[in-house]
Amino acid sequence: MKILVPVKRVIDYNVKPRVKSDGTGVDLANVKMSMNPFDEIAVEEAIRLKEKGVATEIVAVSVGPAKAQETLRTALAMGADRAILVQTDDEVEPLAVAKILKAIAEEETPGLVILGKQAIDDDSNQTGQMLAALLGRPQGTFASEVTVEGDSVTVKREVDGGLETVKLSLPAIVTTDLRLNEPRYASLPNIMKAKSKPLATKAPADYGVDTAPRLKTLKVSEPPVRSAGIKVADVDALVAKIKELGIA
Amino acid sequence: MTKTLVWVEHDNATVKDATLSTVTAAAQLGEVHLLVAGSGAQAVADAAAKIAGVGKVHLADSPAFANALAENVAPLIVELMASHDAFVAPATSNGKNIAPRVAALLDVAQVSDILSVEGPKTFTRPTYAGNAIATVESSDAKLVITVRGTAFAKAASEGGSGAVEAVSGGGDAGLSSFVSAEIAKSERPELTSAKVIVSGGRALKDGPTFEQVIFPLADKLKAAVGASRAAVDAGYVPNDYQVGQTGKIVAPEVYIAVGISGAIQHLAGMKDSKTIIAINKDEDAPIFQVADLGLVADLFTAVPELTGKL
Repeated sequence: MKILVPVKRVIDYNVKPRVKSDGTGVDLANVKMSMNPFDEIAVEEAIRLKEKGVATEIVAVSVGPAKAQETLRTALAMGADRAILVQTDDEVEPLAVAKILKAIAEEETPGLVILGKQAIDDDSNQTGQMLAALLGRPQGTFASEVTVEGDSVTVKREVDGGLETVKLSLPAIVTTDLRLNEPRYASLPNIMKAKSKPLATKAPADYGVDTAPRLKTLKVSEPPVRSAGIKVADVDALVAKIKELGIA
Repeated sequence: MTKTLVWVEHDNATVKDATLSTVTAAAQLGEVHLLVAGSGAQAVADAAAKIAGVGKVHLADSPAFANALAENVAPLIVELMASHDAFVAPATSNGKNIAPRVAALLDVAQVSDILSVEGPKTFTRPTYAGNAIATVESSDAKLVITVRGTAFAKAASEGGSGAVEAVSGGGDAGLSSFVSAEIAKSERPELTSAKVIVSGGRALKDGPTFEQVIFPLADKLKAAVGASRAAVDAGYVPNDYQVGQTGKIVAPEVYIAVGISGAIQHLAGMKDSKTIIAINKDEDAPIFQVADLGLVADLFTAVPELTGKL
């Protein structure tokens, strides 16, 4: 079985984003970029399924600027077999990404598509579900355990009250939660090897997808700033303050 | 006038609070209709019909809808969207699972986790873990929206007189099945609707220590218990306790962070709390930059002392 793993290049999770003073967006110039953390988990899960003999080939795919190649090389260094970059400098919304992935999935016919549950930049949490809808396939979102057996996959999902287990018929779409696994680091020899793995470059038009945004961003602003608080000297002072709040 | 269809979040017995905030958001767009999908959910539909300001309640009662499997409920919602202009769901795990599937089937973009309604098609939503607030305008004919519960007041659960009408939907799509659920049992208030939350971090050392230090304080304050990702990953508490960008978003009256440094992913989940209290022995911890009240102290002596004196 082939596994398709979409990955996104985003601002590094440790960086505190700064809103541009003209309110047009977040300043990404000279900011450290990395693979979206949830996508690293997706790549790792695909590799583990290959190591178990469940998967035969892992195809990493990214929709984004030329520099998203670096993100794909990271996936290749972790253990993906080949990569597809759908290159565009425009911001592509989840629906358009899902349409591109649908076209790729129809070409590649993967048994599983494993995506991160959300990108830490737009925080949409949509693409996997949209892809499943467009393909008419089942979805196992927010997965913390994935078990492939025969022609089905059992997914343990993180839901509000705890965990839930669902069984999906293959092919299926899975989105990863943080507790699914601990992604490996790519070793230097593997980073070197990744440089010679195949990476195909395409454009959204190759898949006949219109990436025009449906949502217009009118403004991006800083969240309200909390006013600086005070430090109390000891527990007694804290007790007095808590009593003032009227919760005890 | 715009007709909205609101997803009713329920456990087959009661309507969850998240639904009430979602109704408030949906009412700002137009007439509110509800969808109760479930199996044996007549009581939920009757309760939902009493929510103030609600028009029609669509009840889809079938074993296929028992566990809100997206593959089964999305086609049902798409069918109902022929006579509605917007689908509005709470940003719960069910809402986040189902709404994008509906949006793609309708070929519209989804607006996730809205904080406010600014116009008929204009909304604000958080991005970058709440570090930037985007104002977006949809150009689609129909809207699909998920709502951040803590950003909207709850609609009154009494006073409405909606009519319940049965709908059938397509039944079981045959793509997926529910196997089991492990729901954490708790006597304490639910995290996302609690007035007071006591949250613990990695500094709590292990599960038994977490329970010994955090639980008595929470019980004294009739508070819900939360945790940072570090505490969850280390196995001190189950993951449904997690507050943050990847866990639950909360905005209680009082949030007490114990032994939590205040990483941006954690702040994303709690920085809209009315009053934040931090107890941490590291006076440079980022949590103190957002805390209204801070106590620099060793939590292992300070928290039991605090619990004793309250």
